[in-house]
Amino acid sequence: MSVLLIAEHNNKEVRPFTYNAITAASQINEELHVLVLGHQADDVAKSLSEIPNVKKVIHVDNEIYENYIAENYAAAIIKHAESYSHIVSSANTFGKNLMPRIAALLDTSQVSDIIKVISEDTFLRPIYAGNAFATVKSNDKKKCVTIRPTSFDPADKSGGSAEITKSDPAEASSSTKFLKKEEVKSDRPELGTARIVISGGRGMQNGENFKLISDIADKLNAAIGASRAAVDAGYITNDHQVGQTGKVVVPDLYIAVGISGAIQHLAGMKESKVIVAINKDGEAPIFSVADYGLEADLFEALPQFLSELNKLNTIQK
Amino acid sequence: MKILVAVKRVIDYNVQIRVKEDGSGIVTDNVKMSTNPPDDNAIEEAVKIKEAGKAKEIVAITIGEEKAQETVRKALAVGADRGIHVKVDNVIEPLAVSKILKKIVEKENPDLVFMGKQAIDDDCNQTGQMLAALLNWPQATFASKIEVKDNVLEVTREIDEGLETIEVNVPAIVTCDLRLNEPRYASLPNIMKAKKKPIEQLNASDLGVDINPRIEQIKVEEPPKRKAGIKVASVEELVQKLKNEAKVI
Repeated sequence: MSVLLIAEHNNKEVRPFTYNAITAASQINEELHVLVLGHQADDVAKSLSEIPNVKKVIHVDNEIYENYIAENYAAAIIKHAESYSHIVSSANTFGKNLMPRIAALLDTSQVSDIIKVISEDTFLRPIYAGNAFATVKSNDKKKCVTIRPTSFDPADKSGGSAEITKSDPAEASSSTKFLKKEEVKSDRPELGTARIVISGGRGMQNGENFKLISDIADKLNAAIGASRAAVDAGYITNDHQVGQTGKVVVPDLYIAVGISGAIQHLAGMKESKVIVAINKDGEAPIFSVADYGLEADLFEALPQFLSELNKLNTIQK
Repeated sequence: MKILVAVKRVIDYNVQIRVKEDGSGIVTDNVKMSTNPPDDNAIEEAVKIKEAGKAKEIVAITIGEEKAQETVRKALAVGADRGIHVKVDNVIEPLAVSKILKKIVEKENPDLVFMGKQAIDDDCNQTGQMLAALLNWPQATFASKIEVKDNVLEVTREIDEGLETIEVNVPAIVTCDLRLNEPRYASLPNIMKAKKKPIEQLNASDLGVDINPRIEQIKVEEPPKRKAGIKVASVEELVQKLKNEAKVI
């Protein structure tokens, strides 16, 4: 029994959710190996080898792995799958795109988006936008599992010294070509791992008004989220969407502004430690999950909120 | 070009679901059902491509119990040409669904297969990618924009970091995101016309694929409830509570 985790990275750095997935994977079995498919990603392999939970790093270096082409990734992973009982990755767009392709090639029924490891074959996972939790047992010989990163703490990053072995690439697919990636650059913390998230919804009325949110985000060193309605309306880009079909966040503090709180949005944030809702509709469902609800016009409340924050002597960052 | 679109019947997205008391699953009796929302986007996109003169035929397929046919009927009402209903009595896993779809693809020879990126009931997000693997076709998942060029598709995908654009050769599988388009409503005359469009019925058991479950559902339970919170009267009070009570700022 040993576990193969597929690392997510940008060829320079390990992407943060990989650390959460490592924690979950090592709960399945301590014999945890990590596969790095990349192009000139030696730094990534080295960082991963320093994680105490990691027993071995397999590094495949080839230009065909510079971008995440699921077809190329899957072919390489299948070559290594033989020696492992579990193939694991994080359940973000990286793992969601990749893992089913691997599972089908291995004739395995995938267990998606687990939030708890109960045993080597039994897991807890949310269904129906988190409105029910299912305990499921996989009877496949080889198990393919994706992990909801926010349900596991990130693994310690230093102190280990796992062996790094090089391996050969698999054949590249000729039917899929990467063209471009439009990454939204920001100095703010990443939405998925931020300690504080402040999100805006349809109540923001337009994109310019998100300035009220970003001013507070700057003050609190928070990430900015949004409801699907706000993204659909073009107020903000898709990478900010929190919810069932967007990102799941579990910050210490989640501030929902002008968000009514549809089931689909709650699915992405209701595990947050402290939830604040600011909404002028006192009956909005968001108040049912809020620890602190403020029934107010956001256009008055947000500037006040910022000036109150400015009065504080210290703010935790 | 011929497009096969897979649609799934699920509990309507507005329904607050209830967990069965014996922990065996979710209450589905007398609950409003509808088409899985991103599957509506998949149908809409296929219809738009046909309207642009780039596709000749759209076939809508569903796999499920007798009533799942309603979702195919709805697809026919918004522009699909004919339907296929593969009957199964129990809930089957995405791996089994993709094996059935593979059989249908081999029979129908579509150039493209579209479906929603995930079903909002089991939230698995697997079927399209699995079908692509079984057929050894390219996959373009979470599509928010599709451009049909001669024998390739240019697809913009919604990913965590932003947007990614890839090019896939036809035949290909595309899984659709909610922002791909705005699904239309069926007009009454089109609903009437759809009643005359053919739906072929097949039994999963006749297709010769293994659809037995590999995953045992041991129990289904309600998630822990959040403690009721309080309403604060002012912004000052909110900031004081966050600072001194919750200690998060």
